[in-house]
Amino acid sequence: MSRQSVAKAHQKIQELSWEPKYHEPVSQYGTDYTFQKAQKKDPLKQVLRSYFPMQEEKDHRVYGASDGAIRGNMFRQVQERWLEWQKLFLSIIPLPEISAARAMPLLFRTVPNPELHNGQAIQMIDEVRHSTIQQNLKRLYMNNYIDPAGFNSSLRNFQNDYCGTIGRQFAEGFITGDAITAASIYLTIVAETAFTNTLFVAMPAEAAANGDYLLPTVFHSVQSDESRHISNGYATLLMALADEGNHQLLARDLRYAWWNNHRVVDAAIGTFIEYGTKDRRKDRESYAEMWRRWIYDDYYRSYLVPLEKYGLEIPHDLIEEAWNQIWNKGYVHEVAQFFATGWLANYWRIDPMTDKDFEWFEFKYPGWYDKYGKWWENYNRLSRPNGHKPIVFEDVDYEYPHRCWTCMVPCLVREDMVMAKVDGQWRTYCHEMCKWTDETAFRPTYQGRQTPNMGQLIGHREWETLYHGWNWADVVSDMGFVRDDGKTMVAQPHLDLNPDKMWTLDHLRKCPPLQSPNVLLNEMTDDERTAFAARYVRGGPAGRAPVDA
Amino acid sequence: MTTTQDSPQVRSVPKPVFTDAEAGAKVFPDSLARQFNYYTPQKRKQSHYEDVTVEVQPDPRHYLSQGWLYGFADGRGGYPLDWTVLKAWGSDRPEPERGPGTGGKGYDWPATGWHEFRDPNEEWEMTLYRYNSNVVRQVTQNVEAAKQSKAFEQWNRNWVRFIEQHVGAWMHVDHGLGLYLFANANRRAPTNMHNNAISVNSMHRIRAAQDLALYNLTLSEELDGFDGTAHLETWKSDSAWQGVRDLAERLTAIDDWCEAIFAANVVFEPLVGELFRSHLVQQAAPGNGDFVTPTLVGAAEYDFAERDLRYTKAMFELLTADKEFADHNKAILQDWLSDWTTRAIEAARTLQPLWSQPDSKPPRFEDGLDRAKSRFSGIVIGLGLEEPKELAQ
Repeated sequence: MSRQSVAKAHQKIQELSWEPKYHEPVSQYGTDYTFQKAQKKDPLKQVLRSYFPMQEEKDHRVYGASDGAIRGNMFRQVQERWLEWQKLFLSIIPLPEISAARAMPLLFRTVPNPELHNGQAIQMIDEVRHSTIQQNLKRLYMNNYIDPAGFNSSLRNFQNDYCGTIGRQFAEGFITGDAITAASIYLTIVAETAFTNTLFVAMPAEAAANGDYLLPTVFHSVQSDESRHISNGYATLLMALADEGNHQLLARDLRYAWWNNHRVVDAAIGTFIEYGTKDRRKDRESYAEMWRRWIYDDYYRSYLVPLEKYGLEIPHDLIEEAWNQIWNKGYVHEVAQFFATGWLANYWRIDPMTDKDFEWFEFKYPGWYDKYGKWWENYNRLSRPNGHKPIVFEDVDYEYPHRCWTCMVPCLVREDMVMAKVDGQWRTYCHEMCKWTDETAFRPTYQGRQTPNMGQLIGHREWETLYHGWNWADVVSDMGFVRDDGKTMVAQPHLDLNPDKMWTLDHLRKCPPLQSPNVLLNEMTDDERTAFAARYVRGGPAGRAPVDA
Repeated sequence: MTTTQDSPQVRSVPKPVFTDAEAGAKVFPDSLARQFNYYTPQKRKQSHYEDVTVEVQPDPRHYLSQGWLYGFADGRGGYPLDWTVLKAWGSDRPEPERGPGTGGKGYDWPATGWHEFRDPNEEWEMTLYRYNSNVVRQVTQNVEAAKQSKAFEQWNRNWVRFIEQHVGAWMHVDHGLGLYLFANANRRAPTNMHNNAISVNSMHRIRAAQDLALYNLTLSEELDGFDGTAHLETWKSDSAWQGVRDLAERLTAIDDWCEAIFAANVVFEPLVGELFRSHLVQQAAPGNGDFVTPTLVGAAEYDFAERDLRYTKAMFELLTADKEFADHNKAILQDWLSDWTTRAIEAARTLQPLWSQPDSKPPRFEDGLDRAKSRFSGIVIGLGLEEPKELAQ
């Protein structure tokens, strides 16, 4: 912009807002939080006269790199193991991005500070940027990567696949329910401030190590916007903290948002980084090490803890429990193993682990091989069709898990599974915290306090329910995960593109029907259900049956 | 610590590996399937815009087999169709019943007529940043050139007052509608195509507001006696502006997102916005020695006339020609036309005193209003609606 300083220009545009005299703007979203009008400053200090050219320049760099990647034949060096997982990630992420744009209006009437609305409007259009620039990256992959299957059906896939659905809650949590819970605490305070570090910084670094420098190009450009969004959330949080009546709700929402983000984001990104890479240098950081740096140190210790003195109740116990899950209970490994067990219901190919991978895992996570090594050897042995069935039907000492009603990741750390009858239905939860979220947090009262604006968990939250009793060939056809010859599956448990080595619907036709764990659970007698739960929590690790079973 | 040539430092870096993972390296099922296969393009080929926009926002009527996962306190999630009373074909079909053993299939894509809308401007991030960057660069250069040539010093005293008060007042309209009508509506529509177009519209308005505010700041620095805060008092209490202010506030109070877009872009903008910009400011400025203001106001006019109105027409043309609900939609739109035309004409008439304030007068108010009405009629008739009788006010 011209010689006017940004600060001066930003001060000038504060004159734009006005107090309504004749009609109030429509109020469409509720909150149980209360806010006093406060002169909280817009931390972005963004003026469109400089914002648009800045973003355009960032775009030029992104698209220039895209052209360069194609001209330089980047895909000759891309690891298929890595890019296959991008079929999942890039099918999901444009929706959370655009949902963040849609979330901004939830704050207009609930946070009475016009200066902050300016920052929220800019975040809105940033998010439109992110969603479409990520769709464009996926389009480029589809056009230039060896196997377009799964990219070409992406936005149908993620809507009806259980992995896509796990990710989808990340988006829907931004746009519904209590406006502050959704658009401020869940979206900006936790998802953007904590977990975009692993999503948009740690993961792109891994992409680059696997020959893909376009993902870092796009996502670092995205992340440069996120830092501004974090400021939006911080300003709103400080306003909320100013009213002591909000502290109870802030404590509730921070617990819910933290735990849900951990369950969903760590499951997905942890799997991509640990099991999607071919880079097995011993001195490259594991996901656990990245988590410790980006989330524990940078977010928890540097961002959250200092807020304690303003009255924010920090969920110290849950931060430590998330770490406990990742480090001691093998959360990421359990998730990766489950995704690979259920490969046939997906829309990407999952490469078997090799001796080199085993060595790295053992180095980074001592004891890994004893838990997971044998299963991955079986996965490799059963990866090409050769008269046997997919691994989920074979005897490899793995029991198909029940699904968590709240986070929808299965109850993989078996000892943590809890069960409850909620709204007339027996439900399983992966952890006491997920049970709390459904039973206690997402309810119209909380600790005796009326919370009429709190949202609800809705939908058919167990994917298997829809296909209870179906033949697997029909399941995969119904979801559309079939290639253009009408029989070869999009998903494969290996990377071999020789059609003779690829699984088809004919192979699935011979498999036992799909059974919904939740339907079966609700068909049990009380005694059967009690026995089931007692047995389930003695299972694991690595999905093993209880030793005395 | 130092290193010597005898002990070269070995850095740990990932090693490039030739994988031959580029398109065409092998032939296998789907190896040539390089188009998104989950939607039907509007024209023969899928456009870049469609590829980055269509189906990002899901719909339980087709692929969203597990339904929405989070709801508001009343248990409703996503983007309820009844957030507008207008309907597109398929709107009344119930959401597919899903449960144990039903499978996941819904209606064939697109399931409802809402998904047939495409923004004719084909706006996505690349286009919106390029367009708006061009505008702000050009506006900045125009103002800078005017400063260097001392162009503002040619303005007569009344024109200075006119700019500080009345052109300044319009920034509040742009800002209020940009934030509380358009940005607000980007949460409300049932497809990504609608919501993205609406969010781009929002940024046009907020940018135009800021263009005027920063222009006002420049004038405060360049012109002795220019009161950079006069627009606040004008907007707040000048009787000539209270009709527009009342209407702008009323527009932000609309609950129905279609009504909000329709009232703002089909009624308010042609009858009040274009009247003010094209039939007052643009016409009066040259005679008063001002060649700068028309370039700013013209940029906002182009936003509306060439882009925002364009998508708005495409959006409502689909609804007035809908194969199932055309009559339903036309009846409602006709009612909205009556209501909002009455209010817009009233607001326009309260602005009339502005026409007599510059030394060099613009064409008569009534002539300008007639031209605005004529343009408005063309838009309305183009949408398959009837000119409202309230236009005769």
